[in-house]
Amino acid sequence: MSFFHTKQVISQLADAGTGIDESSKTFVFEDEGHTLGNALRYMIVNNPNVQFCGYTVPHPSESKMHLRIQMFKGRAVDALKKGLEDLVKMCDHSLLVFNEEMSIYKSEHDSKT
Amino acid sequence: MGVPPTVTLEEHKISKNVSRCPTVLDEHWTFKTFKKRCRIAIVRYEDYEIEFDFIGIHPAVANTFRRIMISEVPTVAIEKVHVLNNTSIMQDEVLTHRLGLIPLKADPKLFEFKAEVDAEPREQDTLEFELKVKCMYNKDSNKNSSLAEDMYINNYVYSKHIKWKPIGSQKDKFSEENLGPVHDDILITKMIPGQELDLKLFAIKSNGKDHAKFSPVATAFYRMLPEISLVKEVEGEAAERLQKCFSPGVIGLKKDNGRVIAVVNDARYDFSSRNVYRYDDLKDAVVMRKVQDHFIFTIESVGAIKPDDIFREAINILKDKCTSLLQELNSL
Repeated sequence: MSFFHTKQVISQLADAGTGIDESSKTFVFEDEGHTLGNALRYMIVNNPNVQFCGYTVPHPSESKMHLRIQMFKGRAVDALKKGLEDLVKMCDHSLLVFNEEMSIYKSEHDSKT
Repeated sequence: MGVPPTVTLEEHKISKNVSRCPTVLDEHWTFKTFKKRCRIAIVRYEDYEIEFDFIGIHPAVANTFRRIMISEVPTVAIEKVHVLNNTSIMQDEVLTHRLGLIPLKADPKLFEFKAEVDAEPREQDTLEFELKVKCMYNKDSNKNSSLAEDMYINNYVYSKHIKWKPIGSQKDKFSEENLGPVHDDILITKMIPGQELDLKLFAIKSNGKDHAKFSPVATAFYRMLPEISLVKEVEGEAAERLQKCFSPGVIGLKKDNGRVIAVVNDARYDFSSRNVYRYDDLKDAVVMRKVQDHFIFTIESVGAIKPDDIFREAINILKDKCTSLLQELNSL
């Protein structure tokens, strides 16, 4: 069950034969799936330094999500961080716009009744 | 802002219309362009339902919000039932399953997730209810009636019979009208005189991933905005036929010098049936498109959380997920 965030969620999959290559990494997310995977993939793939980003849920009965990032330049972790930060920004802005529109709608409809 | 990305729904294929300027589907995401494009318009807001347009977002993001609303926004539902007595004809397991599905008004924000499934109930994470009903003959009934509701008392067990039993200091914090079932007329089971129920119910907080009964929405879905244009004039009997090919209100009939001409009134509520393609004379008269970055969200709440709050909550859950992952990455 996904009740707690205290345990470690992200781990890294060893890259076969590449040794310590910081530019290509596969991150494993515990208790995540398509919900976060697809949105995060979209955010990261939009980074111009990223050569490739893809995600997969390797097995449906195992709640794990693999996210692969390959970079033109820079570290894969930084691209992941930037993707998460972008998602946070997007959430903040969406919430702001939604709250604004909601209060406009409510004030218009209260005055009518 | 340029032409929005669209697809055309043709008879045998779906073809993409390539926009001359970059759209949300093919350009690099930056906060600046997102801010410029992102628009929300509330179309309809009722007690249990909201419809709004979310414009300028990528399908991946729209789908994430939909998925979170369905399976990750938590609510409170009955999880454990102690059956002390059940002499009704409904089996214990069927009865308890039905009880679990009853939506409760309790605000999930005021409760904690249970640490472990089998942990002792605490006042922070559990609500206790009691369902104690006995069916009897109605001796006071002076009506000479053979209707069950005149002859018996409590032969129908409704959700209103569920009574709250406060644990610890819950009595000071909550009141029963903010905790109990959303609807008090949900039929749970039927009994005849002599049968009785004596149950202890324990409600906990969880989300739709755990069990569908915890999902706060009856449905939460989005669809892309449909566009319909008539490229040929359709008149007379054909116009009426064309009107019937689409959802009600989509195609209107205009009278012009004694002729009846079909016009597009409101494509928004078309449900994109492909009935025009049954008529060879009509199929070339219509072009049906979908706007790919214009999402019409419809959220129907089960009753525990207001529909707009479900969407707010979904955004917050995605944000919390990202911030806690960021924290973990930074501490590596």
